[in-house]
Amino acid sequence: MKQRNNIIRRTGLALLAGGLMLGGSTVLNSAVAKEYPEKEELKFGFIKLTDMAPLAIAYEKGYFEDEGLYVTLEAQANWKVLLDRVIDGELDGAHMLAGQPLGATIGFGTQAHIITAFSMDLNGNAITVSNAVWEEMKPHVPKGADGKPVHPIKADYLKPVVDKYKKEGKPFKMGMVFPVSTHNYELRYWLAAGGIHPGYYAPAKGDTSGTIKADALLSVTPPPQMPATMEAGTIYGYCVGEPWNQQAVFKGIGVPVITDYEIWKDNPEKVFGVSKAWADKYPITHKKVVKALIRAARWLDENNNANRPEAVKILAKPQYVGADYEVIANSMTGTFEYEKGDKRAVPDFNVFFRYNATYPYYSDAIWYLTQMRRWGQIAERKPDSWYMDIAKKVYRPDIYAAAANELVAEGKMEAGEFPAFDKLDGFRAPQTHFIDGITYDGHQPNSYLKKFKIGLKGKEQI
Amino acid sequence: MIPSILNPRSSFNTAWLDKLQGALQGEHFVKVTTGLSRHLLIPLIAIAVFLGVWAAAASKIDTSLGTFPGPAKVWEQTVQLNKEHRAEREKESAFYERQHARNAERMKTDPGYEPKIRSYTGKPTFFDQIVTSLVTVATGFLIASLIAIPVGIVCGMSATLYQALNPLIQIFKPVSPLAWLPLVTMVVSAVYVSDDPFFAKSFLTSAITVTLCCLWPTIINTTVGVSSVDKDLLNVSRVLRLGWFTKTMKIILPSATPMMFTGLRLSLGIGWMVLIAAEMLAQNPGLGKFVWDEFQNGSSDSLARIMVAVLAIGFIGFLLDRGMLMLQRRVTWDRNAVLR
Repeated sequence: MKQRNNIIRRTGLALLAGGLMLGGSTVLNSAVAKEYPEKEELKFGFIKLTDMAPLAIAYEKGYFEDEGLYVTLEAQANWKVLLDRVIDGELDGAHMLAGQPLGATIGFGTQAHIITAFSMDLNGNAITVSNAVWEEMKPHVPKGADGKPVHPIKADYLKPVVDKYKKEGKPFKMGMVFPVSTHNYELRYWLAAGGIHPGYYAPAKGDTSGTIKADALLSVTPPPQMPATMEAGTIYGYCVGEPWNQQAVFKGIGVPVITDYEIWKDNPEKVFGVSKAWADKYPITHKKVVKALIRAARWLDENNNANRPEAVKILAKPQYVGADYEVIANSMTGTFEYEKGDKRAVPDFNVFFRYNATYPYYSDAIWYLTQMRRWGQIAERKPDSWYMDIAKKVYRPDIYAAAANELVAEGKMEAGEFPAFDKLDGFRAPQTHFIDGITYDGHQPNSYLKKFKIGLKGKEQI
Repeated sequence: MIPSILNPRSSFNTAWLDKLQGALQGEHFVKVTTGLSRHLLIPLIAIAVFLGVWAAAASKIDTSLGTFPGPAKVWEQTVQLNKEHRAEREKESAFYERQHARNAERMKTDPGYEPKIRSYTGKPTFFDQIVTSLVTVATGFLIASLIAIPVGIVCGMSATLYQALNPLIQIFKPVSPLAWLPLVTMVVSAVYVSDDPFFAKSFLTSAITVTLCCLWPTIINTTVGVSSVDKDLLNVSRVLRLGWFTKTMKIILPSATPMMFTGLRLSLGIGWMVLIAAEMLAQNPGLGKFVWDEFQNGSSDSLARIMVAVLAIGFIGFLLDRGMLMLQRRVTWDRNAVLR
């Protein structure tokens, strides 16, 4: 019925507009050669996580409309559905896991060429274990002078628990959100750094469960269902984005032990992904979307997170994340509650714009590719140049730079807020802030892989 | 009624069938004529008791999302949903105003542009979802009825055809429509391809799923109704040498109407139940999606909001059934028949 109304409305308005056009045609060409998007009505997908915030803000603050875009935001059931819908064109673009465009492009899982020109945020995940596991783990965790656990809590302290489960013949099961998700790699990184083998994938042999040689069995659960799945006892812990770790604290069903900020400081998290075909067909639209998202990201971090409470209020609406204000606010406003009552300041738990968070660095893409190789999702050795080629195929800083330059030209932002694009080779300086102290240099993926005790390297194959 | 499905022949002219049908449709309610007090007072007392038990039980159930919502909290959320609906409507009109302004501005610089008005991009409110669900179920039900009634009539009139179709009907009838859902989804996305679709794919998927489960009760009951037409009436038609068409229209259809409507009411009831489940499972817009979204949100208001939806679903189901009953009263030939 609504549709029919719209059609009536549309035809009526078209007639009216036609009249206007005849009347107005005498005043044409008043100079400005403005670009208009090729496609004005867009539908973007997202998963109910706080890091979808740039999309919600760009919508609510009218940044999309400023670019002449009429965007509908739609929550998706899980990451696979979201990716499939972007591939078959039902969605114009989506909030994606950084590994998704890469995984799809190299053909792990669903094969499709997906690109990204906008990185949505840094950090924002945590690893939570159930109350029972925490009780068993706690005696091994060193305590500070105040009697509280010393952070970061390493997986070394989880190892005795996993060993005990293994001895009893019980599989130690944990949840993550998608095989190519940041969460999968972070959880694996953390576990492996503590000597717990998270298992290999062997796609060539048809094994996509990723549990070969595993001490801890990781499986996929959609983010919003994570707390309920752990409560039901199907998994003993999980790695997921917010608010689903804080939800566990509020519900009293689990204890977040470590944030991804502590596993790898300022790690790239979500990206805004579109299909290559879509981007080629609608280049102006794509650029305009990136412009709106950049402005939204800046708004989120402006004045030292001053806008965050307002952002939390928007995210708490049922059509976006929909969890309680307090739960979302906990992490979004710069704190993080570990054990109930153990609230600590993590000012950079969610970074949307600072530290060039929105710029799609090739080195970020290559880090994900190295982890795919490390765990067997990329079955065989690839030369360093291959990593570079894939990163260039998927990450598109050129589109980002075009959007940013336009914002500067329009006076909406200042050049100083962006990195100097002409001096940039797309690589962050070698990064050192990993929980195991290993340095990552995106220029040398193969020698980086050699530094890990657990994980495939060189010519090794499963 | 259900046993009659197995062998309609054995149930020709059986009084127990009418009785069972009567009981199912609440015959005793109408027959109660001892005044307003019993009509109004008893249900009111029952509702009050129910609310009391609900409130008492709810406060005892602790979930990880807080205590189970009692009547007060559910009412509060009903008001809240209504408020959200109004706020969304205001946002909608502001959206259209902005769009007109933007179009007018663009017309100045870009005369070749044909202004379009795009429909509102905000979220559908609770009431929008109700409307979506109603339109979907109506569409599915209508399609099903258009197929099922003719098939039922033909099956009732021809024993051969009945024998032919009966096995198929019996096999497909017990299939949960939710099992069809993945197949319907895939077929719709493959077959219904158009650049500017008039119907959303999700709408078609839900409607077709509803159709698939609305078919069977109507077919079966129409068959039974048609095949159990009073032999005397048929003999009369033979004496009067009525043509096939006249016989169908004047004798068979009117006699079969009550059974046909029983089937239609059953179908609509099942269709409504199935639609909610299909919407939940396939994330198609409607009340089912509302319930699922609230479940996913896991906020402290979620359970109360789901409860509002549950009550709304029940109430709408009730109204749909009453609507069918009223329709039956209008079309039935026997004005003295007791309709339940």
